[in-house]
Amino acid sequence: MAVLIDKDTKLVVSGITGREGTFHATNNKNYGTNVVAGVTPGKAGQNVEGIPVFNTFKDSVDETGANVAMVFVPPRFAADSILEAADAGIPLVICITEGIPAHDELRVYTHLQRTGTRLVGPNCPGILSPGKANVGIIPASFFKEGNVGVVSRSGTLTYQIGNTLAQAGFGNSSIVGIGGDPVPGTSFIDVIELFEADDQTELIVLSGEIGGDAEERAAEYIADHVKKPVVAYIAGFTAPPGKTMGHAGAIVSGSKGTAAAKAEALEAKGVRVGRTPTQVAEIAVDILGG
Amino acid sequence: MDLLEYQGKQLFARHGIPVPDGRPARTVDEAVSAAKEVGFPCAIKAQVKIGGRGKAGGIKIAQNEDEAREYSDAILGMDIKGFTVHEVWIEGASQIESEYYASIVFDRGAKAPLIMLSTQGGMDIEEVADNNPDAIATLHVDPLLGFQDFHGRRLAFAAGVDADLVRPVGAFLHQLYGTFVAEEAMLVEVNPLIVTPERTVAALDAKVTLDDNALFRHPDNAELRDPSDEDPQEQMAKERGLTFVKLDGDIGILGNGAGLVMSTLDVVAQYGGAPANFLDAGGGSKAEAITSAVEVILSNDKVNAVLFNIFGGITRCDEVANGLIEAFKQLNPSVPFVVRLDGTNDVEGRKILAEAQLPNVHTAATMDEAAEKVVALAKGEDA
Repeated sequence: MAVLIDKDTKLVVSGITGREGTFHATNNKNYGTNVVAGVTPGKAGQNVEGIPVFNTFKDSVDETGANVAMVFVPPRFAADSILEAADAGIPLVICITEGIPAHDELRVYTHLQRTGTRLVGPNCPGILSPGKANVGIIPASFFKEGNVGVVSRSGTLTYQIGNTLAQAGFGNSSIVGIGGDPVPGTSFIDVIELFEADDQTELIVLSGEIGGDAEERAAEYIADHVKKPVVAYIAGFTAPPGKTMGHAGAIVSGSKGTAAAKAEALEAKGVRVGRTPTQVAEIAVDILGG
Repeated sequence: MDLLEYQGKQLFARHGIPVPDGRPARTVDEAVSAAKEVGFPCAIKAQVKIGGRGKAGGIKIAQNEDEAREYSDAILGMDIKGFTVHEVWIEGASQIESEYYASIVFDRGAKAPLIMLSTQGGMDIEEVADNNPDAIATLHVDPLLGFQDFHGRRLAFAAGVDADLVRPVGAFLHQLYGTFVAEEAMLVEVNPLIVTPERTVAALDAKVTLDDNALFRHPDNAELRDPSDEDPQEQMAKERGLTFVKLDGDIGILGNGAGLVMSTLDVVAQYGGAPANFLDAGGGSKAEAITSAVEVILSNDKVNAVLFNIFGGITRCDEVANGLIEAFKQLNPSVPFVVRLDGTNDVEGRKILAEAQLPNVHTAATMDEAAEKVVALAKGEDA
C-alpha cells in the first residue's frame, strides 16, 4: 500500500496548458501516474501530450472518472479552482500553488471540512508514492519504494531528508508535502493517522519548521494514537522572531512557534528529534537497522 | 505587512469605526499646523511599528502651539527601540472614562478568526492574560457564517461590559470584524478602545497587520508600505524578487527552498558559525537570479564567507553553476565560497564549476561538510 495516491489514482490537472502545468503534468505522466485529464476553461477539445483538456472539473470527472485533482493555477485563481474540484465530487485535491491569500485558505478549509473533500497543500510539493504515482513536483528519481513514510511542511527539505535516508538504504512508502502556509488543508496528524494504518509504512518521519503549533499537536496525537516509531526534524532554530522565513506560515510570533519548543514537545512524547537531516537518517538506521 | 497607527485608523474610518480626528506630519511645521487644525489640547504620537512608545516618551499632550512645536520637535527623529520616528500623528485629545481592549486575530490553530474583548484595556494584554485570564472574553467566528449580532452581545456580557454599552461595543466589534475580513488582515487590535463620558466608544489606537499575499486585491493598501523603514539590503532583495531576511552573522547563505535554507542556517550554527542572512533563491532559479542573489549577499560587507546549498528539484544545478560563474565575472568576490550541489543535473553542474576553476571556491559533498567548511573559512582557517 501507500497513502493518498497509488496505481488507482486518476489525476486531473488544472492549469495544464500553462508552462508549469504542462511541464509537471507531463513529468507526472512519464513517471507512470495515470494522468487522465486537464482543465483549462475555454480549451476543451485540446490535448497536452495526449492528455485531454476539459473546460470544467465536472466534465473531466464525467468523462474520465478522475478521482484526484492537482491545482497548478496562479494564487488569485487557486481557491476557486480547489472549490470547483471539490464541487465536482473529487475526493482529493492537491494544491501546489504558493501565495494564496490566507482568508481564501480559511474559507476553503472551512467549506471542505463540511463536504469531506481532502485538500493537501497549498504551497506544497505534492505527494510521491514511489513506484506507484507521483503528483506534484517532487524529483522522483531520488526516491525508491520502501518502508519509511515522510510528512513535511517543506519541499526541498523533504528532498534533503529523503536523500539522506536513501543514502542510508531506505525507501519510502509515501512522501507527503503538506505545505508551509498558515492553513494547510491536511495536517501532520491527518497524514500520521494514514501512515499508522498503512501496511507498507514501518517508520514515520515528520519534518517540521517554526510557526504555528502543528508539531506540538502532532506530538500529543502521536503519544495517544501511534504505535509505529516516529522520527522528527525541525528547521528554524536560528530564525529571528517576527520575520517570515520564506513560507507564509513560518514565523515566530512573540514567544510562540519556536523550533526549540517544538522539538521539546516532540521529545517529551518520546519522539526522537534529529538536529540535522543527517541525524534523522542515523536515527532511522538505529530504529530499523541499517 | 504592519501598518502605522494612523494608517490603521484611516482604514478603520473607511469601515465606519469611530476614531478621533487627526493628521499625519513629517516635519515640525506640519505638526504645528495640524495641531491648530484639530485644536488644543491635542495628542502628538510617534508613528513606529513597535509597542511601548508611550513609556519611551513618544506620546505627549500639547496644550498650545508652543508645546505642539516643542513636543513634535522632540519626538520626530527619536529612536524607539531601534525604530526611528519619521512621522507623528496629531489628534484631538479624547475624554476617557474607561479603557477596553479589543482584537481579532487569524487563529491558525483553530482555523477561524478569534475575537478578544476585555474591559481591562490600556495596558499590556499579555499581562492581563497571565494575571487574570477571566478578564478576557474570547470567541471564534465561523469564517463562512461571519459575525452575527449575538456574537457581540455574548462577548460584551462575558467581558462584563456595562449593560448600556453592550449595544455600542457589539456594533464596534461588528465593524472591526468587517474591517478584518474586507481588508484581509491577519490582526486588528484596538488598545485602548475608549468609552467617553458621553458613553460612546472609539478606537484610540490601531494595530493592523495585513496579509501580504492578498495585497493584489487591495492596491491602495499595497501603497502603504514604507520602504524607508526597511533595511536597505532587504529592500534590494525585495526589488529583485528574492525571499530574504537579514541576520547578524558573517556567513552569507544561499539555498533553494525555504525549508532547506532554514535548515542550512541551523546546521551552520551547529558548527559554530553565524549566518548573515536567509536567502531562498526559489524554485527554478535561472542563472540571472543566482547572479542577482550573490550581489545581494555581497552587498553586506560583514560577510566574509558564502555558502551555497542547492538541492535541485525544479531548480537545475547546471543553471546554478552558470549563475555563480557569471556572478564571479561581474563581482569578482574577495571572500571564499563553499558550494554544495545535489539534485537535478548535479553531475553537469559540478562539471561546469570544476572547469571554470573559480578562485577561492570550495566544494562539498554534503550539507554537513559544506557547513563545517564554510565556518572554518569564515574564521580565517583552512577549509
